[in-house]
Amino acid sequence: MTKRDALLFLFVGVLILGTGVVQSWNSALFILNYGLISAVMALGVNMQWGYAGLFNVGVMGFTALGGLGAVLVAMPPVRAAWSAGGLGVLGALALGLAVIVGAIWLWRTMPRGRLRGVGLLVWLVAGFFLYRALFDPAVRAIEAVDPAATGYLGGLGLPVLLGWPVGAALAAGAAWIIGKTALGLRSDYLAIATLGIAEIVIAILKNEDWLSRGVKNVIGVPRPVPYEVDLQQNADFLALAGRLGLDPVTASTIAVKLAYAGLFAAILLMLLWLAQNALHSPWGRMMRAIRDNETAAEAMGKDVTRRHLQVFILGSAICGLAGAMMVTYDSQLTPSSYQPLRYTFLIWVMVIVGGSGNNFGAVLGGFLIWFLWVQVEPMGMALMQVITSGMADGSALKAHLMDSVAHMRLLTMGVVLLLVLRFNPRGLIPER
Amino acid sequence: MELLNALVTLANFVLIPATAYGAQLALGALGVTLIYGILRFSNFAHGDTMAFGTMVTVLGTWWLQARGIGLGPLPTALLALPLGIALTALLLLGTDRLVYRFYREQRVKPVILVIVSMGVMFILNGLVRFIIGPDDQRFADGERFIISAREFKAMTGLDEGLAIRTTQGLTIVTAVIVVGLLFWFLSHTRTGKSMRAFSDNEDLALLSGINPERVVAITWIIVAALATIAGVLYGLDKSFKPFTYFQLLLPIFAAAIVGGLGNPLGAIAGGFIVAYSEVTITYAWKKVLGYLAPEGLAPDGLVQLLSTDYKFAVSFVILVIVLLFRPTGLFRGKAV
Repeated sequence: MTKRDALLFLFVGVLILGTGVVQSWNSALFILNYGLISAVMALGVNMQWGYAGLFNVGVMGFTALGGLGAVLVAMPPVRAAWSAGGLGVLGALALGLAVIVGAIWLWRTMPRGRLRGVGLLVWLVAGFFLYRALFDPAVRAIEAVDPAATGYLGGLGLPVLLGWPVGAALAAGAAWIIGKTALGLRSDYLAIATLGIAEIVIAILKNEDWLSRGVKNVIGVPRPVPYEVDLQQNADFLALAGRLGLDPVTASTIAVKLAYAGLFAAILLMLLWLAQNALHSPWGRMMRAIRDNETAAEAMGKDVTRRHLQVFILGSAICGLAGAMMVTYDSQLTPSSYQPLRYTFLIWVMVIVGGSGNNFGAVLGGFLIWFLWVQVEPMGMALMQVITSGMADGSALKAHLMDSVAHMRLLTMGVVLLLVLRFNPRGLIPER
Repeated sequence: MELLNALVTLANFVLIPATAYGAQLALGALGVTLIYGILRFSNFAHGDTMAFGTMVTVLGTWWLQARGIGLGPLPTALLALPLGIALTALLLLGTDRLVYRFYREQRVKPVILVIVSMGVMFILNGLVRFIIGPDDQRFADGERFIISAREFKAMTGLDEGLAIRTTQGLTIVTAVIVVGLLFWFLSHTRTGKSMRAFSDNEDLALLSGINPERVVAITWIIVAALATIAGVLYGLDKSFKPFTYFQLLLPIFAAAIVGGLGNPLGAIAGGFIVAYSEVTITYAWKKVLGYLAPEGLAPDGLVQLLSTDYKFAVSFVILVIVLLFRPTGLFRGKAV
């Protein structure tokens, strides 16, 4: 890190502290915590794009899978639902997997020819109907169990921190499937395939009520840190708050956010340390060599497609981890809140503005762009008020402009990305 | 009789809607494939270009409707369509001048152009939502049906009706005309030939004195026309919502890749393959099978293979299968 980089980080720190002084410490900590999560996501995307030049447009999908991981581990199991259809669903899923594995085996072992095609088709169709015959009644049974409160299988009831690696593993699994299909072909194909898987993951979360309660949302995901109400009952905490001159409610919300900040910062620092070591190891140099000249790297005996698959899975797993962290922080999973703009595009803006190929750049971009994302809306609102101040109250145009402020974010972020790509493509902290 | 009823139901709920949808996808995929052939990148902004063109047309339609100008039985949107195409062409030429040309001159890797097109996509997306808002807009007017289900039943005496909506008929007729014009242009005019030459071998084309900037500009104009027409037809047939157009990107890309990126004929075939698979897989076959199955064996369930919420999964699976087994597409496009 050079002096300039340190100054940039200091600048972001001042921005966040300034929010605390001018607005409130609660919003400053909110920006800080989400900034930490965003920085983790940006690190993941930076591995794919910055180290290896892979274009992943499905960050949203991997993030959502990570969130699902946290829910599946941490939520208490719904015993009634398990006894109603748990085994049925698991059996159906196992059968589905077996059908796919069997199809691959058939494809590999049978001799080429019409028989193979027909056999495969019959196998898949029969497998599909068998799967649905097992799956549908089990799902109906599960979703009938107290649909207003549960109607899903629930999780394993384990500590939520265990859900973070599980979320990362889920994302890694999806990345493996995509990578196996689209890597080794044109670079655009990976982009299109990841775009597709992200939409499908969100569709599954929204529609498979037995798994994620769909649009009814999973709320009350257990926390790794104390609850505000408990803190407000705690005599020691109340004494501490009194000594600092804070009222207990504010003090408890700030304390909880600080605890999260510590947890997230520890994860981020650990990942940053690992990423830095990886980038400056022979492995990192090989990755960059592949990115800069695939043909030369292949001539040196490097298996380009395999290395790409490896780094793609790694990066996606980190996005999944960030997704699990986010669901834990929000303590809810709301499938309808996953928007490609917020979870894919914004992360890309972070990486490119921060400096692709540089881990510190990605982290800086994560904080800076997140800060702007939060603060641009009130600024845009103020700006629009100035612009429309000359217009008569109640005019249709004024009302329309005020309503449209929310869409300014899309425009601003798109313009920021294009400007940076054009005039400063190496970003704030360039690769060294 | 039973067989006829089954056929009519099938046509009503699967064949006709899928053909209209396929024509819309084919027009969209043609735009993507042309840009790929000439400019050599996958344009992620295509869905939002369609949304922009449709938005202009919708605004024009409302203006005409407010003045009481219409086309009688046909939708007024057809009158506003030239305006939509013109403004979209200006927009695309403007983005080319401001954004893409710089990278073209630098001869950057295609993936950079893809990222840039993603930036353009979000700007267009924001622009459209800013002007017309994120909600559903209906702008179809004129006669609703060519043949309504009731008329059909009275005409044939069958139990099942066959309805052909004006917008469906219009979509198919327009698509045939547009595709015919495009292929005539590509194979019979000097400019069209120079575009094909440029797509096949850029260096040779440059050597024989083809002006690349002119080819690129004409490509953008054609793409603007294709995207606007596809978007307006889709909007007339269903409804206009900016986010849906963004989501159309996946089936459109699937169609273009199935046919072979850079191959116009392939894009059309791909559009229909994706549309037919999507509709047949998400259609509930209960009624058709009810007519076909022998007495007492009619199915109890809906016999729907996938719920309509997963229609994008169908495009995705088609995409995956093509990428796994034949990455150049059915018609041997240029990409590997």
